[in-house]
Amino acid sequence: MSRRSLLEIRNLRVRVNGQEILKGITLAVYPGEVHSIMGPNGSGKSTLAQVLAGREVYEIVEGEVLYDGEDLLLMPPEERARRGIFLAFQYPVEIPGVSNLHFLKAAVNTIRKQRGLPELDAMEFLALAREKAKLVELDENLLQRAVNDGFSGGEKKRNEIFQMTVLEPRLAILDETDSGLDIDALRVVAQGINALRHPDRAIVLITHYQRLLNYVAPDVVHVLYDGRIVKSGGKELALELEEKGYGWIAEEIIGSPRS
Amino acid sequence: MATPTNIIEELVNREYRYGFVTLVEEEVFPPGLNEDIIRRISARKNEPGWLLEWRLRAYRYWAKLVEEGAEPRWANVTYPPIDYQAIRYYAAPKRRPKSLDEVDPEIRRTYERLGIPLEEQERLAGVAVDAVFDSVSVATTFRQKLAELGIIFCSFSEAVQEHPELVRKWLGSVVPYTDNFFAALNSAVFSDGSFVYVPKGVRCPMELSTYFRINASQTGQFERTLIIADEGAYVSYLEGCTAPMRDENQLHAAVVELIALDNATIKYSTVQNWYPGDREGRGGIYNFVTKRGKCLGRNSKISWTQVEVGSAITWKYPSCILIGDNSVGEFYSVAVTNHHQQADTGTKMIHIGKNTRSTIISKGISAGHGQNTYRGMVKIMKGATRARNYSQCDSLLLGDKCGAHTFPYIEVHEPTAQLEHEATTSKISEEQLFYCRQRGLSAEDAVSMIVNGFCKEVLRELPMEFAVEAQKLLGISLEGSIG
Repeated sequence: MSRRSLLEIRNLRVRVNGQEILKGITLAVYPGEVHSIMGPNGSGKSTLAQVLAGREVYEIVEGEVLYDGEDLLLMPPEERARRGIFLAFQYPVEIPGVSNLHFLKAAVNTIRKQRGLPELDAMEFLALAREKAKLVELDENLLQRAVNDGFSGGEKKRNEIFQMTVLEPRLAILDETDSGLDIDALRVVAQGINALRHPDRAIVLITHYQRLLNYVAPDVVHVLYDGRIVKSGGKELALELEEKGYGWIAEEIIGSPRS
Repeated sequence: MATPTNIIEELVNREYRYGFVTLVEEEVFPPGLNEDIIRRISARKNEPGWLLEWRLRAYRYWAKLVEEGAEPRWANVTYPPIDYQAIRYYAAPKRRPKSLDEVDPEIRRTYERLGIPLEEQERLAGVAVDAVFDSVSVATTFRQKLAELGIIFCSFSEAVQEHPELVRKWLGSVVPYTDNFFAALNSAVFSDGSFVYVPKGVRCPMELSTYFRINASQTGQFERTLIIADEGAYVSYLEGCTAPMRDENQLHAAVVELIALDNATIKYSTVQNWYPGDREGRGGIYNFVTKRGKCLGRNSKISWTQVEVGSAITWKYPSCILIGDNSVGEFYSVAVTNHHQQADTGTKMIHIGKNTRSTIISKGISAGHGQNTYRGMVKIMKGATRARNYSQCDSLLLGDKCGAHTFPYIEVHEPTAQLEHEATTSKISEEQLFYCRQRGLSAEDAVSMIVNGFCKEVLRELPMEFAVEAQKLLGISLEGSIG
C-alpha cells in the first residue's frame, strides 16, 4: 500500500530579484520521516525553507508544492502555520514589548481554533509552556521577556525549538538551527527535535554541518548544490560530506536527483 | 504581492464604529459668535454675574486676537481657515432630566451603543460617569455615594450653582483666558464639562469618568473640566470621546485644569476617539485642547496618560507646572495618525520647586498619509535645585507615505538639574510580520500585537477598564494602515 506524502515538491524553480535560486527541486517527505538537507553556503537551502513557509519576496517561476495533497503555494503564511507547518528561523526576529508567553499563547490558540480544539486559558497555557520550557531547558525568565528581544544567539535558537515543541507542528522545517550553538545547546535542541518525532509528523533539517545529525538520525540526506538536489542517500552520506567537504560534489554532479 | 505596506493599508481601512447620529430634539443657537450669544449661554445656565463678566472679558480678548490675526500657526499641522461665525456655540437636548431615571431613552441608547450604560448597577464596578452630550451634561452616576465621602463630582454647570466659591477660586487659575487663542475662545463660550473636588485626606474609591459625545452638526464642543485634589487626596479620572461621521470639520476646543495641593495625586487618562475623517481626509474633528495641571503642593503628583487615535487634527500638550517642592509630573502618550490625520502633541514640564521630577514617555505611530509630531518642552527654572527629567520619544512608521517629527525644547537655568532625552524611530519590518504570520497570526493581529508592544509602557499606565479598550482601539484604528 502506498502512503501519501506529507510534502511533495515537484520541479520547483524560484527567483528573487531576477536571479534564479532554486533551479528545479523535486522532493517527497513522508509522515514519520526526518530529512536532512545539506549544502554549502548560497546553495539555496534557506530560500527553500522560506518558500515553504510562504515568504512573499520570492517569485515562483515553475513547479508545484503539495502539502497533505493540497496546493501549498496558494496558502498565505498564516494558513500554512495553522495547518501545521512550522519554520524554526535561522535568524529569529525580535518583537519589542510583546512578551514571549503572550505571543506564543496567541499562536497556540489560533492554531487550536483551526483544528477545532478549545482555546487554552491562561492557566492551562502556562502549565503547557512550563512543561515544554523544561524539556528544552529554556530559562523561565525568558518566557516573560519580549520575544527574542535582547536574547543571545543561543537563547534565540532555543526559543525557536521551545515554540516548536509547544505548537507541535506536523511538518517542522529547521533552518540552520544548529549553527552557532555550543555543544550543550546542540544537545538540548536535538532533544526537542527527537521529542517531536512521531509517525504522523515529518521534520526537515536544513544544516551546513553534520554534527546535529549525531544526535538526530535522519532517514534521508539530500545534498543541495547550486539550486538543485544533486545527491540523496542515507545517514552515511552526511558523514561522507563531513569527511570530504562539498568540493567533490561539484566534480561528481551527474544524473538527476531522486524523485 | 502582500507586502507589509498593503497589509497595513487593508488594516487601517476599517470603518469608524461610532459614527451614528442620535435623533433627539435639541435646542441649538444660530451660528455665529458675539456678546449676545455669550449672554444667552450664560443666561441659559443661570450664571452669576461674575462668571458672565469673566466670559465677556475672555471674548473681548479673543476678538482682539482675531482682529490682529493672531490665531496660532506654529503647529506642524495644516488646515483651511476656520470660519468662527459659521459654528454654533450651543446645542442641548430639549428634555432635561432631573434624575438618572429621566434621561431621554434615545440618549440612554446612544451611550449604551458606545458601551457606557448610564444605569449605576450595570456600570463597570467602580467607575462613575458624567455623560456630556453636545453642550451639556445629561447624566452623572454615583453622585450620592461619592457625596458621602465629601467628594463632589458633577457637571460644571451644577458646580457653578452649588459650589460657586470653589469654581470662582480655581477657574482660570491654571489656564487663564489670556493663555492662548483657543483657551480664550473656550473661556468665552464653554457650555459644560465636569467638576471634581476631592477633600483633604480622601482617596476617591472609584474611577471618575466623563464621556464626551458630539452629536449635533455644525456645532463646536467647548467643555471645561476642573479637578481639585485637596491635601493628601487621590483621584483617578478618565475621559473618552466620540462623534458622528460627517463631511464637515467640527471644532472641539476644551480646557482642562488640574490642581494638586500638598501630598495630593491626580491621575488623568484620556482615550480620544473623535471621528478622524474619511480615507481621503474629508471631515473629522479638530481637537484643539489646552490641558494643564499645577502641582501647587509639596509632594504632589499629576500624571497624564493619553491615547489619541481619533480626530482629523489633534493639537494638545497636557502639561505640568511643578511648583511644590518634591512634586512629580508625568506624561505618557500614544498618538496614532492614519489616513490624513495630523497630530501635534506633547507636553510641557515646568520645574519651579526643589527636587521636582518629571517623566515623559511618548509613542507616536504614523500610518497612511498621517503626520505625527511630538513637541515637548522641559523647562527648569533657577532655584529648582536637583530637578530631574527623563524623556523618551519613540516613533513607529507603518508605510512610506507617513511622517514622524520630533521637536524637543529644553531650557535649563539650574546647574544642579539632570536631564535625559532618548529618541528612536522604527518601522514594522517585513521580517516581523512574516515571523508572526509563520506562527499562525493573521497580519491584522500581528500588526496590532507589534503596535501594542510598542506602546506597552504607556498602556500599562491606564486604569484596567480602559487599557483593554485602548488596546482594541489601537488595533482598529490601524486597520487598513501601512501606506
